[in-house]
Amino acid sequence: MREQTAALSEVKIQSKISEQETLLNPTSVLVETKDLSVHYGTNLALDQVNIQVREKTVMALIGPSGCGKSTCLRTLNRMNDMIPGIKISGRVEIHGLDIYAPNVNAVNLRRVVGMVFQKQNPFPKSIFDNVAYGPRLNGLKNRQQLAEIVEVSLTRAALWDEVKDRLDKSAMALSGGQQQRLCIARCLAVNPEIILMDEPCSALDPIATAKIEELIYQLKKDFTIIIVTHNMQQAARVSDDTAFFYMGKLIEVDETRKIFMSPSNKQTEEYITGRFG
Amino acid sequence: MNTVLQFNSMTEKKINWSETLLTGLTLFFTVVPFLTVILILIQVLVQGLPAISWTFLSAAPRDGMMHGGIFPCIFGTVFVTLIMIVMALPMGIGAGIYLVEYAGQGPIVRVIRAAVNNLAGVPSIVFGLFGVGFFILFVGRSIDTVLKTGLLFGQPCMLWAAATLAVLVLPIIIVSTEEALNAVPQSHRQASLALGATKWETILNVVLPQARGGILTGAILSISRGVGETAPILFTGAAYFLPHLPAADLFGVIPMVNPASQFMSLSYHIFVMATQSIDPVKTLPIQYGTTLVLIALTFLMNFTAIGFRIHFRRQQEKFSH
Ligand SMILES: Nc1ncnc2c1ncn2[C@@H]1O[C@H](COP(=O)(O)OP(=O)(O)OP(=O)(O)O)[C@@H](O)[C@H]1O
Ligand SMILES: [Mg+2]
Repeated sequence: MREQTAALSEVKIQSKISEQETLLNPTSVLVETKDLSVHYGTNLALDQVNIQVREKTVMALIGPSGCGKSTCLRTLNRMNDMIPGIKISGRVEIHGLDIYAPNVNAVNLRRVVGMVFQKQNPFPKSIFDNVAYGPRLNGLKNRQQLAEIVEVSLTRAALWDEVKDRLDKSAMALSGGQQQRLCIARCLAVNPEIILMDEPCSALDPIATAKIEELIYQLKKDFTIIIVTHNMQQAARVSDDTAFFYMGKLIEVDETRKIFMSPSNKQTEEYITGRFG
Repeated sequence: MNTVLQFNSMTEKKINWSETLLTGLTLFFTVVPFLTVILILIQVLVQGLPAISWTFLSAAPRDGMMHGGIFPCIFGTVFVTLIMIVMALPMGIGAGIYLVEYAGQGPIVRVIRAAVNNLAGVPSIVFGLFGVGFFILFVGRSIDTVLKTGLLFGQPCMLWAAATLAVLVLPIIIVSTEEALNAVPQSHRQASLALGATKWETILNVVLPQARGGILTGAILSISRGVGETAPILFTGAAYFLPHLPAADLFGVIPMVNPASQFMSLSYHIFVMATQSIDPVKTLPIQYGTTLVLIALTFLMNFTAIGFRIHFRRQQEKFSH
């Protein structure tokens, strides 16, 4: 337990340091993978990926189905750890700290690196209890403080006005898009630095999708976001940088503008223009 | 033209005999067990109701068990089942949680799963003999030897009968726990873990609240099973006749059940009345009365289980449109 706290505080301290750096250098690297490879059994899913995500930017991961986008995303908050037969090699650094080092606790890491899933997955609890779930895990019991966090998180997720009169009602009664924004609010309530999103709009209609995209744009001011998407327009609209994966390899990563206007790799160009994938 | 032909063949009355016969047979096989249950119930109700009276429910047997009531049997059955569930529930839920949430799919786990499923098919008399061999002769005698209590634990008593029943119903609780846990969507576990919950916190805060309806139903079903069993308690603690209740005063003041005592039970009482009483024909009303009480108790349990299931499903629906 003490070890966990130590590991967590290490991350927090690092984040304080980087805050100062940010003032000097607004595009400092927050997340970096070094020769990251992932095997599922004997199947190579990620092959020596080197990627850098700058602080308070949005990185889009694109590529055809099965190319390893989700695998890459889930190594960043160690959600892959539980999969039997998985082998992860190389380094993943956040604030320069190797998150796979033996003294890093995955549970604490996930409070710094939040995640929003493809299919909205609110708990069958009230809206309030959904958002308060993370803070309560951290031992917060004071109803007043919880209410504050819930309001702030829901407001940030652009959902507060729609649900403020029914916080005690079931989260399952919300629409799909509202549920996804609730999941984002639930993630924000833990106050992470990085938010991972795995195709967060793939189950939503265009209007709900537009709302989430607008939200991502707002959240970028305070958070670093890494988003997997199959929607090229979405990648172009919301992201600062784009990484193109193909068959487990990182083919090209650059500023989104450049990837879409003048990709240097032929495969990237073919994928973006819809010639395969 | 074509459609007219088809229409004609549709309205043509042609009886398919084998079809009708098979349908009739399956209906017959459905109705027979149902009718049998109804007939048994009517028989027990008609013969048993006249025997039921306040005395019958509240007094002890007397005159060589030819008269009096069956209160000690009700008392014994209720408390032995209570002790049983207190022992079986934590163990069964724990095992179910381990198998679903922690164990994975290794060869050892598969053997454990198969063992649990087979346990459910073992005849209850085998459990009775196991109870004698393991709980009384091994565990009980060992305790007596270690604590130098003479012959206190190493003989049949309520505690060992309850323990034997607990082993008997363990598979029911484990399997219903497993089913209830498996019904909780994986995505809820993932969401919780991604918010920085440990595995155990996830089980406690997300999985178990959704599974409690199914687990409780299993618990109540196992109680209703335990209430009716005779063979497991036959050698492990049930008494032919006991003039006093298996109760004692703790520290001489607090009245409580004495699990170290033998006890009378409804199911065993029916068996005794029917096979070992002085005049099995004369005690017929007592047998029917006891049977009626036992069946009523079992039904009460089952209806409670159904009630719980409906209650929890409603609650779940309230939160999952
Ligand atoms: N749990 C797993 N066990 C074994 N193999 C897996 C597992 N998850 C993914 N894979 C394999 O790893 C490769 C990459 O999968 P991944 O889910 O990362 O792809 P993706 O780019 O996210 O695809 P999609 O766009 O369809 O979501 C695929 O070949 C897939 O079959
Ligand atoms: Mg994916």
